[in-house]
Amino acid sequence: MSAEPSPQSPWQAATITRIQKRTPRVTSFWFQPMRPFAHLAGQHVDIRLTAPDGYQARRSYSIASAPEAGAVVELAIERLDDGEVSPFFHDVAAVGDEIELRGPLGGHFIWEESDGGPILLVGGGSGVVPLMAMVRHRTLRNTAVPVVLVFSARVWDEVIFRDELIGLDDRRDGFDLVLTLTREPARRPPDYSRRVDARMMAQAIERLPKAPRLAYVCGSNAFVSAAADALIGAGVPAGIIRTERYGV
Amino acid sequence: MVTRGFFSGRRPPSDTDTRIPPGQYLEQGFPVLSAGPTPRVRTEDWSFTLKRGPRPLKTWNWAEFNALPQSKMTRDIHCVTAWTKFNTPWQGVMIDDILADAGIEPPTAYTLALSFDGYSTNVPTKDLVTGKAMVALLYEGKPITPDHGGPARLLVPHLYFWKSAKWVNGLQFTERDEPGFWELRGYHMYGDPWREQRYSSDP
Repeated sequence: MSAEPSPQSPWQAATITRIQKRTPRVTSFWFQPMRPFAHLAGQHVDIRLTAPDGYQARRSYSIASAPEAGAVVELAIERLDDGEVSPFFHDVAAVGDEIELRGPLGGHFIWEESDGGPILLVGGGSGVVPLMAMVRHRTLRNTAVPVVLVFSARVWDEVIFRDELIGLDDRRDGFDLVLTLTREPARRPPDYSRRVDARMMAQAIERLPKAPRLAYVCGSNAFVSAAADALIGAGVPAGIIRTERYGV
Repeated sequence: MVTRGFFSGRRPPSDTDTRIPPGQYLEQGFPVLSAGPTPRVRTEDWSFTLKRGPRPLKTWNWAEFNALPQSKMTRDIHCVTAWTKFNTPWQGVMIDDILADAGIEPPTAYTLALSFDGYSTNVPTKDLVTGKAMVALLYEGKPITPDHGGPARLLVPHLYFWKSAKWVNGLQFTERDEPGFWELRGYHMYGDPWREQRYSSDP
């Protein structure tokens, strides 16, 4: 008989250590994995829920926390009323619960300081989550890489991480925040009140000292299609645009 | 590990659950996923090339390719992001018929599917032939839309759907099993949904 150990399951238990409502529809959950892992900004984890009869549901969620933030990872989960996993988190999950998690995952929609810049980030709704990990990575690495984040939300109160992002914008250290609200007037001078378009992307690029080295777009499929087309319309080469889409 | 307080779930009807691979859920819509912007490939610019390594074996333009014998496949498809969609109806040219028109037998055991946007994905050649795969031109009887990979996409329905390369413009036969775009970025070399081969660490 061989004495080889059985391969370790890629799944592990993670304990919810903190829950914080971010917006009316988005809540952050912090998970402490049994086996801590190092992730890259932009990566995701898979979450698996198991019912008593063995039925399982799994979904992918982007990590919002920076790699430098330590072993506890933050996931910002949007409630989808017709979903089967996000309502569980919003209605049932509590601090101390153990949830099965696998990761980190994903090797394309990632940014490391060593990738350089300038960087253009374009997020729609909860599509900002992996971009937030990149912004936080930049901040915690204390780098001067120029970054513009164009963040589209329906209304001011649905701007996830709003206070933190405005605080980072106020530092004027090479990070620029542009908000665009699709159902409310703009609140700050650099902001817009319309859907993303090529002119908005061109103006965002003008905020960078030179043309972006990479562009990252995340959100619903409709948002990503529109934003990627807008970037191409603003002259950004398709080959430097990385996209991550969710939903139908 | 049972999750505290998770009961309801969205169990598939009992007459269909044998068609849903482990870890998948049934989706009625048709989600769109891709690594970059959607390329708009005009059919007048379209071509499809069979290659052995770097050497082209045969190239078809859009009209020539559409003149090849066309077949229909209605199949369940399984995306690695955990959705499964039943009964998706496709029409296109079987890989067998492409090889026949080129007058060749499959020259090597491995293939890389290549796309207009630089995407690639590896599939063993035996998974492309004997009626298993096609280059699809129509979905639900209509030209495939750009976001779903039109004008033409590979269809290998028995593997996770990232293997069914969108905007496909060729097949390259390779001596060894060479990883493609996602396979270089942590995804499985083969991708059998029934064995849950999602990531490279899966057996």
